[in-house]
Amino acid sequence: MSPRALAWRRFRAHRLAAASGLLLMGLALAALLAPLADRALGVDPVAVDLMARFEPASASHPLGTDELGRDVLARLMHGGRISLFVGLAAALVAALVGTAVGLLAGFYGGRLDALLMRLTDGVIALPLLPLLIVLAAVDPVKAGVPQAIAQSELMSLWRIVAIVGLVGWTTVARLVRSATMATREREFVRAAVALGAGPARIMLRHILPNVASPLVVATTLSVGHTILFESVLSFLGLGIQPPIPSWGNMLTNAQELIWQAPALAFYPGLMIFLTVIACNFLGDGLQDAIDPRALTTK
Amino acid sequence: MRFLAGRLAQSLIVLSVMSFAIYGLIGLMPGDPIDLMISANPELTPEDAKRLKALHGLDRPFLARYGAWLQAALGGDFGFSRLFGKPVGQILWPRLANTVALMGAAFLLSVAIAVPAGILAALNPRGRIDYLVNLLCFAGISMPPFWLALLLIMLFAVQLGILPASALPTASDPGLLERLRHIALPVLTLALLGVGGTARYVRAALGETLRQDFIRTARAKGVGPARLVRAHALPNAMLPVITILALDVGALFSGALITETMFAYPGMGKLIYDAIMGSDFNLALAGLLFATMVTLASNFAADAAYAGLDPRITFAGAVDRRTDRR
Repeated sequence: MSPRALAWRRFRAHRLAAASGLLLMGLALAALLAPLADRALGVDPVAVDLMARFEPASASHPLGTDELGRDVLARLMHGGRISLFVGLAAALVAALVGTAVGLLAGFYGGRLDALLMRLTDGVIALPLLPLLIVLAAVDPVKAGVPQAIAQSELMSLWRIVAIVGLVGWTTVARLVRSATMATREREFVRAAVALGAGPARIMLRHILPNVASPLVVATTLSVGHTILFESVLSFLGLGIQPPIPSWGNMLTNAQELIWQAPALAFYPGLMIFLTVIACNFLGDGLQDAIDPRALTTK
Repeated sequence: MRFLAGRLAQSLIVLSVMSFAIYGLIGLMPGDPIDLMISANPELTPEDAKRLKALHGLDRPFLARYGAWLQAALGGDFGFSRLFGKPVGQILWPRLANTVALMGAAFLLSVAIAVPAGILAALNPRGRIDYLVNLLCFAGISMPPFWLALLLIMLFAVQLGILPASALPTASDPGLLERLRHIALPVLTLALLGVGGTARYVRAALGETLRQDFIRTARAKGVGPARLVRAHALPNAMLPVITILALDVGALFSGALITETMFAYPGMGKLIYDAIMGSDFNLALAGLLFATMVTLASNFAADAAYAGLDPRITFAGAVDRRTDRR
């Protein structure tokens, strides 16, 4: 392998990751600007217009309208707000849980490590989707959530963040654990122990900054996972509830309408696909950038 | 042997914990069986409801109810299904067979595509084929499962019109060919969902094996490239791949749930979904436990195969080899 070929490889890998980063920024911007775009174009993502169902693309509806005459582009932009927010928030929940599990397991080792890692294995092996469906079907009032909060409009949003976050932490936990175990034996950690620092201080001040890179990579990758899970649950009617649009629930009726309006089945899925693949490429690129050794042996 | 005993114990613990957790969660679903009876039959009075609740033990504390359910379940009695009006056991077995058939066919097709692709990529590291396979793998793992199904329906049913968009044959007595035509799209969907992950893993495992010393030794002895891969590298590379594939059965089942629901295929995944959506508590509970059990059993079988094939294996070592993929 010549140095030039190596450089080409790194350049190419980074180009995909860089393009993915740009794409994600563009999508986030479009999602943030959705309310402004509504006003500029004079469209409303939830306004039903039964006289204008299944309209083809036109100047007033750049991507046409859906089965209730709602503007598809406006719904895609608003759906992006929800899907990206849920993806990020759930990935952060997953990162928090995973970091806590990984730090504790890697730092203390022994029985606690064995227990936490067997728990992680158990979660990995489970058929997750059926369990997510049960979690999504649970009645929040019966689970002890106050009536007022349970019936608020944003409940479906927070609930899906919690559910998806609670099953997505395993990747982060494993990576943080192995990084913690490697860091634990380093001289500066021993020095901190010798200076009398307690376990909590050592974990948070000395080890955590050193496991930040794998943590960032794992979190980036899990944003992709969480967006996929959210879209599946919303598609099945258990995630984000209409009239709030999400990329997943925009596809709920697409199957029955596929003969009539195939375009309705195309755009929301394409948005999910592009977002998830961009997260995966970005994570991969970050991995290569952080760990050049993995690049030469890969 | 100690390794397998450890794994078996772990599987049983996971299963017991899951049975408890699922029982608790199902209890938190909206409505309860007696409320559903009342809404179905307006002549029931509140006194009747109270009596029925006592009769079915619904007024007892949670742990007592769980204990009673567990005792019956261990004896093979999973109760009565509300949606089907039959004992749950009678419904589960045929559905389980259907799902195993779907998952098995999809798994074989997926491996048949992924293994050659992974081998080609590993043999041309950083070449065009490697780049292309890698790109397609990323596309595969980033694909929303239901969107893949929609795209395949769009292509094969709407555009080309050569395959039906539902798994249920319309004729009352369909021939074998007709049955195969109806199952083609569900199998293809489920198979394609797994190809990306598997091919990536084959590529990584084979690439790693090809860099090892015994391969260099074999090459130095004058072993030809075809034989080198087939006889020396592949058998060693495939060992960890088998474990990973077995660990993916959980993910395969998740994919099967979506595929079955979309194509109206009468399998376990659709059954669980319908049971949860239709508040059929007994059926949902048993279906979820069966799905968990199938997953755990396949993991255990893979561990057993692995232990049989590789004498160096230890309990902790096997666990460390696992990476999590969805």
